[in-house]
Amino acid sequence: MSALLEVTNLDVTYPAKGFGKEGFKALHSISINVGKGETLGLVGESGSGKTTLGRAILGLAPVSAGTIHFDGKDISHAGRNQRRLLSRDLQVVFQDPYTSLNPSMDVGQILAEPLQIQGMEGAAARARIAELLDQVGLPMDASDRRPREFSGGQRQRVAIARALALSPKLIVCDEPVSALDLTTQARILDLFLQIQRDTGVSYLFVSHDLDVVRHISHRVAVMYKGEIVEQGDSQLVTVNPQHPYTQRLLMASPVPDPDRQAARREQRKQLAWT
Amino acid sequence: MSTNTAALTHSVAIVRTSLARRLFKNPLGLISTIIILIAVLVSIFANLIAPFDPNHTDAMNLMASPNATHWLGTDAAGRDILTRIIMGTRGTLESAILVVITSIVLGVPTGLIAGYYGKTFDAVASWIANMLMSLPSMIVLLAVRAAAGPSILISMAVFGLLIAPGFFRLTRTAVMGVRNELYVDAARVSGLSDSRIILRHILSVVRAPIIIQSAMISGISISIQSGLEFLGLGDPTMVSWGSMLNEGFQNIFVNPLLVMWPGLAITITIGSFALLGNAFRDALEDAQKVKLNRKQAKAALLRAKAEVAELQAQSATGSESQASENHLLSVDHLSVGYPQASGNLKYVVQDVSLFVDKGEVLGIVGESGSGKTQTAFSILGLLPDNAKIAGGHIVFAGDDLVAPESGAISQQELTKFRGKRIAYIPQEPMSNLDPAFKIGYQLVRPMTQVLGISKAEAKAKALALLETVGINNPLRVFNSYPHEISGGMAQRVLIAGAVSCEPDLLIADEPTTALDVTVQAEVLDLLRDLQSRTGMGMVLVTHNFGVVADLADRVVVMQYGRVVETGDVRSILRNPQQDYTKELLSSMLEGKTPMTMLTGPLKGA
Repeated sequence: MSALLEVTNLDVTYPAKGFGKEGFKALHSISINVGKGETLGLVGESGSGKTTLGRAILGLAPVSAGTIHFDGKDISHAGRNQRRLLSRDLQVVFQDPYTSLNPSMDVGQILAEPLQIQGMEGAAARARIAELLDQVGLPMDASDRRPREFSGGQRQRVAIARALALSPKLIVCDEPVSALDLTTQARILDLFLQIQRDTGVSYLFVSHDLDVVRHISHRVAVMYKGEIVEQGDSQLVTVNPQHPYTQRLLMASPVPDPDRQAARREQRKQLAWT
Repeated sequence: MSTNTAALTHSVAIVRTSLARRLFKNPLGLISTIIILIAVLVSIFANLIAPFDPNHTDAMNLMASPNATHWLGTDAAGRDILTRIIMGTRGTLESAILVVITSIVLGVPTGLIAGYYGKTFDAVASWIANMLMSLPSMIVLLAVRAAAGPSILISMAVFGLLIAPGFFRLTRTAVMGVRNELYVDAARVSGLSDSRIILRHILSVVRAPIIIQSAMISGISISIQSGLEFLGLGDPTMVSWGSMLNEGFQNIFVNPLLVMWPGLAITITIGSFALLGNAFRDALEDAQKVKLNRKQAKAALLRAKAEVAELQAQSATGSESQASENHLLSVDHLSVGYPQASGNLKYVVQDVSLFVDKGEVLGIVGESGSGKTQTAFSILGLLPDNAKIAGGHIVFAGDDLVAPESGAISQQELTKFRGKRIAYIPQEPMSNLDPAFKIGYQLVRPMTQVLGISKAEAKAKALALLETVGINNPLRVFNSYPHEISGGMAQRVLIAGAVSCEPDLLIADEPTTALDVTVQAEVLDLLRDLQSRTGMGMVLVTHNFGVVADLADRVVVMQYGRVVETGDVRSILRNPQQDYTKELLSSMLEGKTPMTMLTGPLKGA
């Protein structure tokens, strides 16, 4: 089977400031793949490199070794022109809905931008924008308004609409629900699932929250200190993890019931002793 | 492309109208704009409105005082002063415009490129900018005058070059600030070319500071130009304010008015540019802070109190007033609001009643905007200055922190308790440690202040505390600066600080939200351990039901500033009565079937 996205032995090294110093190696020999219509959850704590992996795929982090294949083409070192073609198929939703939308543009302009780059103008673009707003559950008049007029959850809907504008094959979602309230998070996760059912898009879903990743992913990869320590079927990895780090991660996330949480706490402490 | 540009101009127009409105609401902005507008009109229509020819000499009327024919009098050669002031306006404004254009053309594009790409261009351009800034501009201008002759325009163009580094640095800094914003990354992912990213996403950010800087530089360039002409270095064939000043100065003892008129013109123009720059800055910074005058504020507060009283009367049947003496802390019908432009209070906490007993952990749960943090801050007396307590009272260990009907927090009462009997753990551990001081100092200082013990004692105690909060090498942390330790470690330090004075009540505002989940588990363990050992009461503000389940005995659920439901932790989590609590709990992912919908039909979030 040829996956939609295939990352093989990827290293990312950030160059050091000043001569003679060694750069910072953020990723060590990462290999993952994402199939068509599939969601790969990428879970890890801060500094684990999960965001860097997403950024490397998007061409926003320096690839120092290994390859990234997307739709059969090598995009490890894609230039601006190749990226422009690629942007039809590969899109992104960032964590912070406050800084990922340009505050001085209205929502219509934000959504029109990816369309313009691909040469869609005028009535066709307007129709597409209306369709997108409908798809993410925003009112039609949203396109005349500025991002600051919307709540965090609504802004994230705008960001999702921008990512969907060109009907991509893969969306890299970098902690897209981490900044949101619980009930808003639930609605946005529903939206992601609905869009996948409707369009068959694939997700690379980056999150620090094991519960979120378990809920939305077909398969899960666990990252720790720039390496993947465990990956496999979502239920296996998130319910019955094999690697000690994943076990710690699972036992550390609290459950919303005092007695079950007390039991989990004991389990976690036993885990720490062994 | 046409729709795009149309849309673009449309939005720019919106910005401009609202900006212009804000600018003209400011009296200084309005006056300075009018003065500059008059100056521009005068310079354009100078030939039409000037009463005389600027070089027409009235030999019979040398140095005349202001009179009906010569409104401002005449100069030493009998020329009409008003005419010469009017004719001088054009030269003054022209050189200001020349300086601004030269410095913008040189400074802004280079600043954009240097800020966006960095690397070699940035290094070279910054070096050149630094060099230009270190040149003494007056001497350079004198040298240029000597080499290029008495053309004020050439001098001003050179001055524009000398002042361009100001624009360069301004632009470069602004661009570096937004270069890594996520929306710029999103544009890169979309395949937007660099030039379009700069034009569409980055230029809009630097536009405002450039306008402000331009107004300031216009003023500066007028003073430089007048200075050069006053020294007699201008073009002798041109009428200018500076040369009038020069001529007047030679006769200052005969007729001081000759100096006054051009001096006044220069001062007013420069002042207007400076004030316009300030007004622009204020308008752009969007000073929408509501400042009610005292009368209005008092009226609003009275109105609010009446509303609250009514509210309490309505709810009095529902929730009985708590007998406050029995509780460690009791908050009774508390309402907190912020004054709005309309004169009303916007409530963030409304009729909230809760209590904490000794040795009990109360969880306050809610989403953003639920008022949970505002409630906690009211107890601590940490509300912002413009917050108003519209009703209710807070009693801690039998003492009123907020007395009924006082409407204010008793800071006096609070200082007795804060840090001693009431302690606080914040959400962001890093921003609550001062980066300039070592951790040891930050722990020792409050202890010597509050407990009145010696430094050595405090240090011993601090080291013991650091060990208590699970830090393996207390001495190393004691001697570290905040940036040298991790976020989890910083939170442990703050917890150590909070419990250092053995408080009766600990208020923890989202104490683990900024931490990784494995670190969160450890910090929760620590809090539970400390709480059970010392028997202190605790208010735990959080949005996470897992954290509540882990630590809390009782729970208060808040939404829109009101208490939705309160009760024992097991009954709330297992058997919620209110719809909102049910909705919150159903949004939890734990125990849900993966890949299924969590909510009903799609709604706008």
